[in-house]
Amino acid sequence: MQQRTEKIREAAKRLLAEGAVDVVLGYRAGTVPMREQPFAARSVEEADELVWSSFCCNNLANFLVRRDEKTAIVAQGCVSRNIVGLLQENQIDRKRLKIIGVPCLGMVSRSKVLDKIGNKTVFAVEEQGEELVVKGKGFEERLNRKELLRDNCFTCQHRNPVISDEMVCEPVQDAAGGDIDKMAAPWEALAPEERWSTFKEAFADCIRCYACRDACPLCYCHVCFVDESKPQWCGKTQDEADVQTFHILRAFHCAGRCTDCGACESACPMGIKMRVLTSKIEKDVRQMYGYTPGMDEKATPTMSVYRPNDPQDFIK
Amino acid sequence: MSDKEQFEPRIAAFFCNWCTYGGADLAGVSRLQYPPNIRVVRIPCTGRMSPKFILQAFRQGADGIWVSGCHPGDCHYIAGNMYARRRFAVLKNLLEYVGLEPGRIHFSWISSAEATKFQETVIEVTNAVRALGPAKFMLKDIAPQAQREVA
Ligand code: SF4
Ligand code: SF4
Ligand code: SF4
Repeated sequence: MQQRTEKIREAAKRLLAEGAVDVVLGYRAGTVPMREQPFAARSVEEADELVWSSFCCNNLANFLVRRDEKTAIVAQGCVSRNIVGLLQENQIDRKRLKIIGVPCLGMVSRSKVLDKIGNKTVFAVEEQGEELVVKGKGFEERLNRKELLRDNCFTCQHRNPVISDEMVCEPVQDAAGGDIDKMAAPWEALAPEERWSTFKEAFADCIRCYACRDACPLCYCHVCFVDESKPQWCGKTQDEADVQTFHILRAFHCAGRCTDCGACESACPMGIKMRVLTSKIEKDVRQMYGYTPGMDEKATPTMSVYRPNDPQDFIK
Repeated sequence: MSDKEQFEPRIAAFFCNWCTYGGADLAGVSRLQYPPNIRVVRIPCTGRMSPKFILQAFRQGADGIWVSGCHPGDCHYIAGNMYARRRFAVLKNLLEYVGLEPGRIHFSWISSAEATKFQETVIEVTNAVRALGPAKFMLKDIAPQAQREVA
């Protein structure tokens, strides 16, 4: 991690000093431990604040849309795939973008760490290889970081950037090791009668803060469907019908585009696992149309094309 | 059981202007009988269908949904129905994944010449939805709140 941090700073300083870019999008330490935050470094001095750790959970591709400056971005596997997605959708200009690729070892779930230590207040977290040293008042615990990876990082298939201008270190093994077909779409295992109540319960705590939407690089519409008022497709309340409409449609809008970066789940203040929906679509799109989002800049996203022999058994 | 026998479903039916809508018309002028449970919304093409429409219909109390358009290769706009097919497949899977009963949502290809297929499909769709009883999900129950406001 330390080595990656240094290389990122080095690259950022060089690009800024040469005037190749106006700004470098990266992460800096958060105001509390385990909450690294997006940071736009605009000078060589500011570049010294950039870090890389196991808690870079935001998706920086989110900040590329509608940005006029020449920009460099720090990108791990998923972020690079979202950049590819934005290129496919003509949202960004590759010529004004420099990608600093970071082979990724997966991000750690803050809530899993807190669960593990019994929700005590954490003052600092140090990373020592595969161990996290979590310190707080009167305690110090050594945890295995592999066991605390975010669910999406556990099944990640593309940890190396798929597109980059320079890399900060040697590539890592692409797949994280988790079996994506076993983990995706968990509700398929439920009996059909159980599903609606499970769905209801899983999203019951949603407060409609839209952090999940705002954290997602796919959500760049000028007017989101939840804000449309004439007609109003989705009520604004926390009534379960409105919450369910919001989540079904949000997930659907990500069809064939979601890279399973996990930024939405990491952003949710209520601990809602909205990847149960997106992972189902991701799996369907992979199995029905053989498409993995964000791998090839020249490919057309799967919902914008068709094949004459697409599955249609369900149509009378 | 007797409840279900009396239950008459309301089905929101979205028909493409260029084919199924004409098929329904032909069924009408041919005096073909079919159940009166569908409420038809005419759309320019199944490619215009949005998942918003489907959810909105459920939210407003529809018990079933039926979307019908031109056979592959016959789209008035060349391929609107082919794009729609992918969307329907993904959406139907997603809705069933969160617990929608499979018989509530139907898709078909019916041309403007296929009055008999139209008649058969209305019957099939209506029977399937009737068998499931009233839809109870995604309905906004504002009664408790309205009562509080009155009190
Ligand atoms: S999804 Fe993959 S590339 Fe993205 S943070 Fe997790 S392990 Fe890294
Ligand atoms: S829906 Fe979630 S996992 Fe998918 S791209 Fe958006 S933030 Fe990432
Ligand atoms: S971030 Fe969580 S609480 Fe906020 S809208 Fe999304 S699911 Fe709901």
